[in-house]
Amino acid sequence: MNFDFSDDQKQLRDQARKFLTEKCSPKAVRVVLDGKAPYDKELWKGLAEMGFLGVAIPEEFGGAGAGHLELCVIAEEMGRANAPVPFSSTVYLAAEALLIAGSDAQKKKWLPAIASGEAIGTLALFEGKGNPAPKNVKLTAANGVLNGVKKPVADGAIADFAVVAARTGSSGRDGDISLFLVDLKAGGVEVKSLTNLDPTRGQAEISFKACKAEPLGAAGEGWSILTQMLDRAAVLCAFEQVGGSDRALEMGRDYALDRIAFGRQIGSFQAVKHMLADMYVSATLARSNSYYGAWALSTNAAELPEAAAAARISATQAFQHCAKNNIQVHGGMGFTWEFDCHMYYRRANAMALGLGSLSYWEDQLIDRMRKKNAA
Amino acid sequence: MNFDDTPQEAAFRQTARQWVEANAPKELHAELSKSSLGRIRLAKQDIVEVGKAWQKKKFEGNWACLHWPKEYGGRGATPIEKVIWQQEEGVYGKLTQPFQIGEGMCGPTVMAFGSEDAKRRYLPKLASGEEIWCQLFSEPSAGSDVAGLRTRAEKKGDNWVVNGQKIWTSGAHYSDYGLLIARTDPNVPKHKGLTMFFLDMKSPGVEVRPIRQANGMQEFNEVYFTDVVIPDSQRLGAVGEGWSVSLTTLMNERMSIGSRLATGVPEMFEFCSNLMLEDGLAIDDPAVRSKLASWAAKSSGLKYTSYRTISALSKGERPGPENSIGKLVSGMMLQDIATYAMDLQGAAGVLTGNDEETVQGQFQQMLLSSPSMRIAGGTDEILRNIIAERVLGLPGDIRVDKDVPYNKIPTKGR
Repeated sequence: MNFDFSDDQKQLRDQARKFLTEKCSPKAVRVVLDGKAPYDKELWKGLAEMGFLGVAIPEEFGGAGAGHLELCVIAEEMGRANAPVPFSSTVYLAAEALLIAGSDAQKKKWLPAIASGEAIGTLALFEGKGNPAPKNVKLTAANGVLNGVKKPVADGAIADFAVVAARTGSSGRDGDISLFLVDLKAGGVEVKSLTNLDPTRGQAEISFKACKAEPLGAAGEGWSILTQMLDRAAVLCAFEQVGGSDRALEMGRDYALDRIAFGRQIGSFQAVKHMLADMYVSATLARSNSYYGAWALSTNAAELPEAAAAARISATQAFQHCAKNNIQVHGGMGFTWEFDCHMYYRRANAMALGLGSLSYWEDQLIDRMRKKNAA
Repeated sequence: MNFDDTPQEAAFRQTARQWVEANAPKELHAELSKSSLGRIRLAKQDIVEVGKAWQKKKFEGNWACLHWPKEYGGRGATPIEKVIWQQEEGVYGKLTQPFQIGEGMCGPTVMAFGSEDAKRRYLPKLASGEEIWCQLFSEPSAGSDVAGLRTRAEKKGDNWVVNGQKIWTSGAHYSDYGLLIARTDPNVPKHKGLTMFFLDMKSPGVEVRPIRQANGMQEFNEVYFTDVVIPDSQRLGAVGEGWSVSLTTLMNERMSIGSRLATGVPEMFEFCSNLMLEDGLAIDDPAVRSKLASWAAKSSGLKYTSYRTISALSKGERPGPENSIGKLVSGMMLQDIATYAMDLQGAAGVLTGNDEETVQGQFQQMLLSSPSMRIAGGTDEILRNIIAERVLGLPGDIRVDKDVPYNKIPTKGR
């Protein structure tokens, strides 16, 4: 059994960590947090130059043609660094959608542009409250034009194109939903930035008004493609969450070693030690579930849906747990804008909702386990 | 990243599988498979007797204590081969329960500190199951703080005379030998005055009394020592070095991974899949689904954590204290699951008999037994200390008794 990343993959992780430590320090993240820029353009350019944006994109479409295990190790580092760039929207969702369902022409148009950092993509799925479900898709598509409003759309204000879920039928079945590809710079859309929990990652409202769109994948196949997309993104996001959990745990540990109160390091108090030990337990369970998800993703295993849901649940819980208790270990200082704890707290809680909430994925896991048990 | 054996591992697995297939007591398979919560009850046979027969067969086939050197009854197998063996032994591994403390803790301690004569005399018989060993560490006033133990051993000529009491000794009532830690010098700080011995449990002055547990069962014992004579040749390690010897014992306990702990999740999943609530099946209820999914994700997290450990073993690395999480997570989970299952049973949940409403009381039994999972072999709190100190590098607790002679440490709070 070799249930671990290879030496080459670990080397890639080290390379990504070194690059991000240099180019994506907490100070750099704060430039986006406090400033007007919606994302770190320089970092985005650097990620393209390092080959990270196209690591899982085949060479014929301008990528490095490595694979999803390589993408997982990079994702972990992106989460660790709390990177203020549209990586998940572009790489885990838009690029994966094209790889799953794109025509040759669509792949040729967008994938090289993603790999080179020229195009930012996203998924426009949600319409207000609620979790991913066919009944929640109200935006309509008819005769190649879209009408409706998507909100929130991650990185919507900076995206060049979007994969849009649209209603093309009214039978009440999954087949009512189709996916479309929209060039957001070509008109027919109105984009409004929204304030959100994590200002280092934008959210937007996009109104489609008789907007021209081309189909992505076959008509009526939208929900099935989306389900695959969300499963794949769940594994990749889980690695970001694992990276974030580890960093939050480290920050708490380091502070507990430095801070003196009652004449001793606060890390010598069992109340603090046990809190940190519990964070370690959550982060370890999340990492192990995510490794299984990575295996399933990279081999296209039949186990992917169950593995993805378990990784998603475990990683969401771990990141929320670690980010929350990191503030607690820091005490009052943890509640200041000046300390970095809140950046991870914000990211953890925003990420917990991005692909559907925790309860949505809990539901998915139970359905998938039942299906397996019945088989 | 893969779950495949290396060619050598695959060949080893094949050999092990064939041997188990040809030799295992298949008539017990169904019964052993059913006892999934760590409690083995065979309807017609005594677990120790059946276990001894299986252990003897394994020994003759060279599969007992296989990671031990050949000259002491083992096979000289690598740690990963031991894990593969455990996987292939499967449910029959449950029959080895009476020998686990000997194999996992006492044997390795004798191997590290015993004389060559002692190793050749005792280890093969331990491996074959002919002689069963128990571990005599905990005392009524020394549980988590085991170095605070009171049992005294005093030197009289070439012998030691032991007086005191041990507690929570699993299997003492059927054990032939015991690994004993006792205080040999009360005038120095507590960790420095301890010495390790082994003794014949049939020695005059040894009295074993079963303890009736909170769950109504009797699995542990108290062991009383009254002027028990132990020859100095049965000392393990130097006088006063008992604490560091005991660390070897406990480290070996952590090495015995691979045997996965019960979490209660499969039982709970099945229960919820069949339980009819007022509005339909329990597994269709959002609140039930949410809890069940969280437990399932934890349980799979434990499973794949153990796979990561096995992978490390396969590369020749040694597992570290991070393995403490298994018991920490599963102990609490068992208790939570039992409580919730009974909540779903409503008023009938109070019944502990063979009632249909409670699926023969399995969760009630789990509820009553689960507190011990969170205490035995290191309490949840001690495990968190281990993770915090040895994995995360946090400072040790400030110990007020560290430099105080043992006989000056207060023994009552008020």
